[in-house]
Amino acid sequence: MSRFLRTARQVAQYPSAVVGMLIILALIIVAAYCLITLPYDEAIRLWRGGEDIWGENPKNAVPRWVNLIPGVNLPETIIVNSASDPAKYKTAGEFEGGIRQITMELTFDYKYRAFPNEVSVFFTSKYKTAKPYVSVYWITPEGKEVRITDGAIGHTESRRLSGDRTLQRRLGNQPVEVGLFMGSDASSAVPGKYTLRIDAMTFEEDSDVDAKLIVYGKAHGLAGTDNRRRDITVALLWGTPIALAFGLLAAVGTTVTTMMIAAVGVWFGGWIDALIQRLTEVNLILPLLPILIMVGTLYSRSIWIMLGVVIALGIFSGGIKTYRAMFLQVKESPYIEAARAYGASDLRIIFFYMIPRVIPVLVPQFVVLIPSYVFLEATLSVLGLGDPVLPTWGKVLSSANSEGALFKGYYYWVLEPSVLLMLTGLGFAMLGFALDRVFNPRLRGQ
Amino acid sequence: MTISELQQVTKVDTSRKRKPRLDTLSRILRYAVTRLIGLFVAIVVGVYLTILIANMGGHVDNIRKAQIRESVVMAIMGMQDQARLTPEEIVQFQESMVALEEQRLGLDKPFFIRSFIYLRQALTLRLGRSEQLVSDSGSREVRNIIMERLPATLVLFGTAQLLLFFTAVFAALFLSRRYGGWIDRLVVALTPTSAAPGWFYGMFLILVFASLLRLLPFGGMVDAPPPKETIPYLLSLVKHMILPVAAIIVSSIFLTIYSWRTFFLIYSSEDYVEMAKAKGLPSNMIERRYVLRPTLPTIITSFALMVIGLWTGAIVLETVFGWPGLGRLLYQAIGAYDTPVIVGSTVIYAYLLGVTVFLLDIIYALVDPRVKVGAGGARA
Repeated sequence: MSRFLRTARQVAQYPSAVVGMLIILALIIVAAYCLITLPYDEAIRLWRGGEDIWGENPKNAVPRWVNLIPGVNLPETIIVNSASDPAKYKTAGEFEGGIRQITMELTFDYKYRAFPNEVSVFFTSKYKTAKPYVSVYWITPEGKEVRITDGAIGHTESRRLSGDRTLQRRLGNQPVEVGLFMGSDASSAVPGKYTLRIDAMTFEEDSDVDAKLIVYGKAHGLAGTDNRRRDITVALLWGTPIALAFGLLAAVGTTVTTMMIAAVGVWFGGWIDALIQRLTEVNLILPLLPILIMVGTLYSRSIWIMLGVVIALGIFSGGIKTYRAMFLQVKESPYIEAARAYGASDLRIIFFYMIPRVIPVLVPQFVVLIPSYVFLEATLSVLGLGDPVLPTWGKVLSSANSEGALFKGYYYWVLEPSVLLMLTGLGFAMLGFALDRVFNPRLRGQ
Repeated sequence: MTISELQQVTKVDTSRKRKPRLDTLSRILRYAVTRLIGLFVAIVVGVYLTILIANMGGHVDNIRKAQIRESVVMAIMGMQDQARLTPEEIVQFQESMVALEEQRLGLDKPFFIRSFIYLRQALTLRLGRSEQLVSDSGSREVRNIIMERLPATLVLFGTAQLLLFFTAVFAALFLSRRYGGWIDRLVVALTPTSAAPGWFYGMFLILVFASLLRLLPFGGMVDAPPPKETIPYLLSLVKHMILPVAAIIVSSIFLTIYSWRTFFLIYSSEDYVEMAKAKGLPSNMIERRYVLRPTLPTIITSFALMVIGLWTGAIVLETVFGWPGLGRLLYQAIGAYDTPVIVGSTVIYAYLLGVTVFLLDIIYALVDPRVKVGAGGARA
């Protein structure tokens, strides 16, 4: 224990090690928080969900904290639903001569100079056979009235105004979300009280209509949204435990097997050792990534299958040569000879006498290896071979890349997962290099 | 991996006595031939493993069968007599031809024997025909598609690797002289950045230089349309190469400089260097003859491992930069589920790695006096 404390104190002398450990600790806390608050099934349901789950989110919105930058004031999503407070928004007339007039005034306060992302109206109605008929008008703060749309509506009906070509022409050939909010020119939006008035006619005794207006913002959530309106926070949160687990398991799997094989080779020597060395040479020219790609396209993209292949191909990796050199030295030590003299079995010598000796060298290498596997997962995801169900950082990057996020200027989409990947990489690498200098003082300098 | 080499290098025995130079050339040749045979065996085993993995679900068999069927159908269509046959007869004829052809090519044999037939075809680069992808010249031979893309990859990575090697060697030599200075400490502090692969930095470089500053192109290999004359073409090529090359270099330069400078430091504390200093030799001569020369073999081994990593890293890097090379081909093949191209590219990658290792082995032999004098030598 005192030896452990001494090592810890030595490690703490390296500021980079401390920073690295803090980063790793923070990642572990995030991973734990995510596993507790957002169960696996829920995360997958959210991430694979479509309009039913994410319909109220804007597309490609930047994170909300962007508004903290002075001079930036991007609109957030405004939702006005007549069903939420019918007394406030709805006035219904009497049912006379087979017709009832319902007027809805969905009023909201728009406080931004920037234009919103999209404007949509969602209708829900109750009827048996005769569909209600609606006429929709837009009233600007100056009192100008624009006819938006009219027509009969079914049980659920959505009108995405931003895609409406006729309305666009009516607004002077401006994009709809600009035309609706602009004043005399299209340079900026006019803040103030806007109203969407819906004059509805129902043709049955207990028929009813409700409308939900969504003015999609340009800023949303902690991490913004992607092109499918999904909140990127979900993937960023869930990416953390997955990245850590993948990196850790792959690093443990490869280093431990490699070390054992090297020890066995050195101890038994002869043809076993020769065979292991030849296999290492073959392994050196086996293209790992293309083989992973082949497995991914031909068999399975499950992250755990990939993990298995990575470990299997990592067994005879170049690390064997390093361990071999160390074990050759260890093999000649007197204490091994002593163990042999009192009749310890081969396996006992390998696992209880030789391997523990090289563990100090193993630890830093192992720590440095973790980020390379975290990045390997990201690499596979960017190639479109990410796990089909799990949300990971790599998959966020991959969708950003395939949607041309950099070209279109959605920088947050690329930067957020990248920063997390980089932090993970730096955290483990900084700790690993410092550990290396502590455990292998020969390298500490001349 | 580099940390591991550091430890190994310190153990390399440099105090071996020189034997007289007898037949240096024949020694190098013998060494080259042994390495060539060794590597060829390694490639054969590697390609065989690739085939085994690919054929676990019978994919190679399917490629072969589809090929046979296609050629049979083409042959029958070309026959003059086929117009006289009824459609049923044609189908029957076709099936019997396919069965005969499959028998002739050994597809009815057990997998163990078939796998060696496939191995021979893969090794001789008879990689079959693609399912979706077509080469720019219109060919569907996987070999033609790959050969068309290979030069682009070689140009990009060759340039990057050469630049990386020379920059790192000189920077490492420079730093070993200024050990402990602020530049040295800066490089050591930046070493952890090498944890990220090249494509990762590529995205940032695109963000800054293409997206924000609009100085350099987002990707591609030359302007569209490609310039007709040679010089504008080359200039355009260079302009498109800056960002990907920079991405490759940034991703590995700091770790490389750091570990190579440690090699230099280890070798410059040898007694013979002190001796040379005591003799009063000029410092640049000491550096070249007494420090650089003995360190080179170690550096080349470390470089070989790095280059192997870079080749496979090419796949995503080329995708991110839209570079029309082998890596992007593989990416397209994944998207199109084009099995023959994926298997073919994997085989080519195995060859590429083998050739790289062989070339570096030869350079190793040329710079390592132990090989020249035939002392066997502890190859790292």
